[in-house]
Amino acid sequence: MIRTPLRPLARILSARAKGENPDAIERENLRLRHEEMRDRSRLKAEGRLLLLGLAFVAGFGLVGLRMGVLAASAPEEPKSGQAGPAIVAQRADITDREGRILATNLVTHALYAQPKLMVDPAGAAEKLALIFPDLDAEKLTKDFTGAKKFLWIKKRISPEQMQLVHEIGDPGLLFGPREMRLYPNGALASHILGGSSFGREGVASAEVIGTAGVEKTFDGWLRDPANGGAPLQLSIDLSVQATVEEVLDGGMKLMNAKGAAAVLMDVKTGEVIAMASLPDFDPNTRPAPLTKGQAGDSPLFNRAVQGVYELGSTFKIFAVAQALDLGVVNPMTMVDTKSPMFWGKYKIRDFHNYGAQNTVTDVVVKSSNVGTAHIIGMVGAEKQQSFLKSLGFFEPTEVELVEAPTGKPLIPKKWSEISMLTISYGHGLSASPLHLAAAYASIVNGGTRVRPTILKTDKVQEGERVISEKTSETARSLLRQVVVRGTASFGEVPGYAVGGKTGTADKPKPTGGYYDDKVITTFASTFPAYDPKYVLIVTLDEPVESSGDEPRRTAGWTSVPVAAEVIRRVAPLLGLRPEVEPGLEAGVTRVSSN
Amino acid sequence: MTEMVFGTAPSRAGDPVLPRWWRTIDRVTLGLVFALFGVGLLLGLAASVPLAEKNDLPPYYYVTRQVFFGGMALAAMIGCSMLPVALVRRLGVLGFVASFIALLFLPVLGTDFGKGAIRWYSLGFASFQPSEFLKPGFVILCAWLMAAAQDLGGPPGRLYSFLVASAVVILLALQPDFGQACLVLFAWGVMYFVGGAPIILLMLVGGLVVGGGITAYSASEHFARRINGFLSTEIDPRTQIGYATNAIQEGGFFGVGVGQGTVKWTLPDAHTDFIIAVAAEEFGLILVGLIIALYMAITVRSLIRLMRERDPFTRLAGTGLACAFGVQALINMGVAVRLLPAKGMTLPFVSYGGSSVIASGIAVGMLLALTRRRPQGRIAEILLKRGR
Repeated sequence: MIRTPLRPLARILSARAKGENPDAIERENLRLRHEEMRDRSRLKAEGRLLLLGLAFVAGFGLVGLRMGVLAASAPEEPKSGQAGPAIVAQRADITDREGRILATNLVTHALYAQPKLMVDPAGAAEKLALIFPDLDAEKLTKDFTGAKKFLWIKKRISPEQMQLVHEIGDPGLLFGPREMRLYPNGALASHILGGSSFGREGVASAEVIGTAGVEKTFDGWLRDPANGGAPLQLSIDLSVQATVEEVLDGGMKLMNAKGAAAVLMDVKTGEVIAMASLPDFDPNTRPAPLTKGQAGDSPLFNRAVQGVYELGSTFKIFAVAQALDLGVVNPMTMVDTKSPMFWGKYKIRDFHNYGAQNTVTDVVVKSSNVGTAHIIGMVGAEKQQSFLKSLGFFEPTEVELVEAPTGKPLIPKKWSEISMLTISYGHGLSASPLHLAAAYASIVNGGTRVRPTILKTDKVQEGERVISEKTSETARSLLRQVVVRGTASFGEVPGYAVGGKTGTADKPKPTGGYYDDKVITTFASTFPAYDPKYVLIVTLDEPVESSGDEPRRTAGWTSVPVAAEVIRRVAPLLGLRPEVEPGLEAGVTRVSSN
Repeated sequence: MTEMVFGTAPSRAGDPVLPRWWRTIDRVTLGLVFALFGVGLLLGLAASVPLAEKNDLPPYYYVTRQVFFGGMALAAMIGCSMLPVALVRRLGVLGFVASFIALLFLPVLGTDFGKGAIRWYSLGFASFQPSEFLKPGFVILCAWLMAAAQDLGGPPGRLYSFLVASAVVILLALQPDFGQACLVLFAWGVMYFVGGAPIILLMLVGGLVVGGGITAYSASEHFARRINGFLSTEIDPRTQIGYATNAIQEGGFFGVGVGQGTVKWTLPDAHTDFIIAVAAEEFGLILVGLIIALYMAITVRSLIRLMRERDPFTRLAGTGLACAFGVQALINMGVAVRLLPAKGMTLPFVSYGGSSVIASGIAVGMLLALTRRRPQGRIAEILLKRGR
């Protein structure tokens, strides 16, 4: 590298020697160095300017390209976007076993206001109050003129109301699309469906969440987009359910009862075909829960699932079936029925005195408490306990309703001998009608345990065996005889061979002891008795049949006729043909000779 | 002839000013600027009508104002373009000092027009945004400092210019006006780049910018919201960008037709920051392409002309002005197509604006003054050096 000296010393020195002024030389030198430096920097700058120019070309080109891409793409539908996580609005339908709609969605609108956009707040408030009489014009005006930027006015409005609000024409009144849960059948199956309400709400949509019944049990499933909109199919049959509710409602009124419950169940699959609890409600406008009084009096209370009652003599069949199954008695065994019976300091009496001794069959047919007590005495407390446990009386039912766990049976803390005796005829143990339905189904279906379900299934439940096939058959014939010649004679429905057991239980006082004039009457029935397909439980709360000289409160006079009417009407709906009982064929001449 | 190299154009006695100006000026760029202004007026006819109606003014109120201010801007531009380089430098530095003082007093005397940032002085009939006038002055000052640093034994101009830039950026960021701050920083960076910055230092500055951005993001909610809005993949159609995107898509290649656009009714800034969306919707990609081409031509042409410039000050100042102009347009349009986060930045000459148009006129006028053709040293010298 050739070093150029900082100053042209040689020239300066020679100039000095000549006596000239060296400043000019130095200046010239400085200028040249300057020039050279600038040239260097200019060359650098030239390159960099070119680079800058290219960068700009690229930048503008990119913007132009992007413009072109945008211009070539189709505009999106302007949708009202929603900040934050999107709310999944689509909720699956609920249908009955035939696919008929029980719950679906309806597009509706919510009305809200953005006071900042309003032209005439006072006028709009006044007109709104005319459209919605429950709104207060003064309060609205205050809201519209205050500091609020946003307020909900109505969560759901009808198309007519929406049109009227449109006609007000105020730009500050806005509509948010809503998907509303609709129960087209009104109060039908209300306790099963439960209800729903809005969860998180946004302007563009709102979340619908289940609040009770299957809507809540299957809330996650119903909202899961992964199901592809498949409906939730229940085991309920809509027409049967409607019939059951209608007959039960009429029966409840006729029998002056304050409440009623009914369960119709398939004995093989455990499907609940119909389940009603009265009084009921409309899930479209679900009432608020009671704030005082007993929860059991609220229409929201599901008597069939949540209500646990002492179900009375309907339990006798369990004691007798167990005794038969264990072989300690047979239907013809004579049993002591002398009433009253004394057990320690306790006294057990029958409704009537049925004589000193009766056959086991007659104990059931006549519904003798004393006889049943003697029979269970032969079985023993421990075996009784484990048998009732195997029928599901110790745990809440596993039916798929959020309310099910609250229907926990009341069982005595200590299973004393007297408990054993009273429970044998249905006192001292409280269970729900659904428990009873499941237990009866287990007894009559051939002797295998059935668990109730609300979802449609074709699978025959192959539960654990509770009694033998043969005992089941005997139990069926006992139940049939109760209807043919016993306490449930009003339960006879020609052609459907109803079998069943009545139960009349005094209601326990909250203070202890029992009421004299308040009963729970139950008829637990099955049909056709020789080959049971269904179990029907009808329970009436405080019924009084007052057509006679004195008020009659027994199940035979109250629940049985209601149940018979239910069976008479639903059996054809269920596809059952009226048939002549095999055992009675002797007296019948068949027309066709097959 | 030494003087020629150091800047001032030679003036022969008796040489008339205007013909010489016409001979030496970048006539193409001048024409392009006029074209831009024309496009601006055309769009103003469409975009400013809704605003006028909203404010209960005659429909073309803002168009007439635009003509008035635009006329003043063009006059200022032509006036400035006639200035000799030394005068450009002097006036630029003075202008910088004046607008810097105005910027300092902004928090006390300024107004925010309800937009959340105090950036304006209200003069009654018009508003005045000091940062708009600051930009050309700042560029000139920094170019002067940097050019001085290139002299042997000159002052440490680069350091000074960096300090000035920092002060200005901090002031602007405090308003907050991150858009202008970025622009100022960018202009300085470009000048420093062309002025021969070491690459390492440039990278360092780039790092500083990124760091500053992150700090601003975490410190200022206003800023963070805009960035978040940009980063989210879903466009919320109710935001300005959502509307703008939709307008561009609606317009397609040929537009929906003059006066048929709808975006101007929904976008509050349709006549200023998002005027390109109005252009895209009503006139389609054709006009947008033309606008882009105009800006690109002005910027790149100026840069190419500056490549021939031998005077460091002229080169640097011209680069700063051209790049500030180009980048402002680039950012504005980049925002509309969602390449960049939303920034309140106008499209020079096209957007409606009072003082900002005049400021743009002054800036481009100075640029034109700097890109005028002038003798670049002795032929012999140039030729000799070529040979070396």
